[in-house]
Parts: sequence; C-alpha cells; structure tokens
Amino acid sequence: MNGIKFLFAAYIATWVIHGVYLGSLVRRFGKLRRELKEVGKGK
Amino acid sequence: MKRLFPILSILTAVFLAYALHLALGKSTPTDAQQGEVYRIIYYHVPSAWTAFLLFFVNFIASIQYLVSRKPSTQAAAKWVVLAIGVVGVVACFLPAVQRLIPAGMRPSAVATTVLLIPIFYFLIGWLFPGDRLDVLAVTTAEVGVVFCTIVLVTGPIWARPVWGIWWAPGDIRLTSTLVLWLIYVSYLVLRRFSSSAQTQMLAAALAVFGALDVPLVYLSIWYFRTQHPQPVIGGGGSMDPRMLHVLLISWMAFLCFAFLVCWSRFRLELLHREVEEAHAMESLAGEGVAAKASLPLNRGPR
Repeated sequence: MNGIKFLFAAYIATWVIHGVYLGSLVRRFGKLRRELKEVGKGK
Repeated sequence: MKRLFPILSILTAVFLAYALHLALGKSTPTDAQQGEVYRIIYYHVPSAWTAFLLFFVNFIASIQYLVSRKPSTQAAAKWVVLAIGVVGVVACFLPAVQRLIPAGMRPSAVATTVLLIPIFYFLIGWLFPGDRLDVLAVTTAEVGVVFCTIVLVTGPIWARPVWGIWWAPGDIRLTSTLVLWLIYVSYLVLRRFSSSAQTQMLAAALAVFGALDVPLVYLSIWYFRTQHPQPVIGGGGSMDPRMLHVLLISWMAFLCFAFLVCWSRFRLELLHREVEEAHAMESLAGEGVAAKASLPLNRGPR
C-alpha cells in the first residue's frame, strides 16, 4: 500500500494548521499593542 | 520570564524535530499491514491526547471560575472534589465497580485518572487566582480546538488509504469527536460575539457540559465496536515497544509545544483585557470631562 503521499499530507496539514494559528496570534498581538499605544497617547 | 520563552521555544523546536526524525526514521519499524502510512499515528494520537488534556484543564478552570463567585460554594466544592478523588480511587478497586470497567483497561489507570481531578483542581486554583481562571479557560479552549482540528484533519487522511473511505458516517468515535469540536467552537463563538455581562459565566457552564463529551470520545472505542481501531495502548492491545517509545516522545514534544502556545495565548488574553480596561478608563475620563463641561449649563436655568 503506497501511503507516502497521505503520510506527508497529514504531516504538512498539521504544521499548516499550527502555522495559521500562530500567525493569527502574532497578528492579534500586533493589533492590541498598537491599540494600547494609541490609548496611551490619548491620555 | 522574557528570556525563558525564547529558550523554551528553541528547546521545543529541537524536541519536535527529534520527534519528527524518529517518526519518519528507519529505526522505527514499519507496520506490517498498513505500511508507511501508519506513521500518521505519531501526529494524530498525540494531538488527540493534547486536545483532551487541554479540554480537561478548561473543565477544571471553568468549575473553579463558577464556584469562585461565592466563598461558601468554593469551600463546598473543595470538599466535593476531595470526596470524588478519595471515593473514585477506592471504588476502582471494588469488584462490583471493576466489572463496569471495560476489559483490558487497568483499574489502576482509571484510579490515576480519577486522582488527577483533585490534583488539577487544587493546582489550577492555586496557580490561577480570581479572573485568571477565566483567562486560562479561554486559552485552553482555543488551543484545544486547534489540536482537535488537527485530529479531525489527519484522521480522514489516514482513513482514506487504510479503510478506503474518508469518513465513516455513524461511527461513534468519529461523530463524538466532531461533536466535541463543535461544542468548543460554539464556546469560542459565544465568547467572541456575546457582549453580555454574563458571558464568562455562560461560557464556563457550557464548558462544563462540553467536557462531558471527552470521556465519551475516549471510552467509545472501549465500549462499542467501531470502524475506528480498538485501543492499542493502555491495556487494550499490543504495540511494538519501539513504536510506543516514538509515540510517547512525540506526545511529549507536542505537550511542550502546546504549553508554549498556551503561554502566548494567555499573554494575549491579558493584553486584550488591559486594552479593554484602558478603553473603559478613557471613555470614563471622557464622560467626566463632558460632565464637568456641562455642569454650568445645567445649573444655569435654575
């Protein structure tokens, strides 16, 4: 049974999902830091 | 703490690379029936175990958060959890209860799992006081959903070459896992879009009921005949010790990774609350200025 392509598909899918989630965390961090800076400036 | 995070990140990356090397390496035997595709187990199963653990932490944090509103309830809950731990461990060794445990599952394994309830309860209560329980709950739910998504994606990819189908409709293990994922996605949607003051309490209550699906998912392959394979670990079957070794290494690596992701998500949630607080203070200050400015006008006509 040649399952190599399925094996690699599963491993790649795992890291794509983790990558997308980590990317969303970085984006949200950046957005909140900018927002906090703006609120700080307004005071 | 700021230095610790990058150091742990590098160590975890090395650990994950080592686990990947073992998972795909020639030193790990190939399965006689499935061939190389069985190696999906080294990502599929650790992701499932990590998701279960995160949902369990979410369950404990949600209960702690719910009972922390009243000191009397909090005190009562401590005794109830202690009683669950003691009674649960003793009961696992009673013949009448052992008959209910599925064949192959060790009573000591069940007792250890039951014992984890009071251990996690008191540890989480001590480490995350007050509103931090809610921060921990949302953190573990979100990261748990990510790991559960991986289980639901890698499962069909594994099923296609082995079973000949992507999904087995009606299979209790598959369906209960999908339901578990949907429950926690709805938990996150509730938290994201509800602006009610009761959102945190409602989410905690939903999490407590949602967590009840975790034992169903886990035990489904012990109690029911399913398309999903019967358990090969934990007394339910046999696995080559070399494969088991790699599986446990892989799980440890994913646990370290999940810990770091949770740490980041926890900090993000704290930052989010800080921003919300800053906005609230800003609008309060704005209202104060407006009120001061309008005072002479209000008094004028009198």
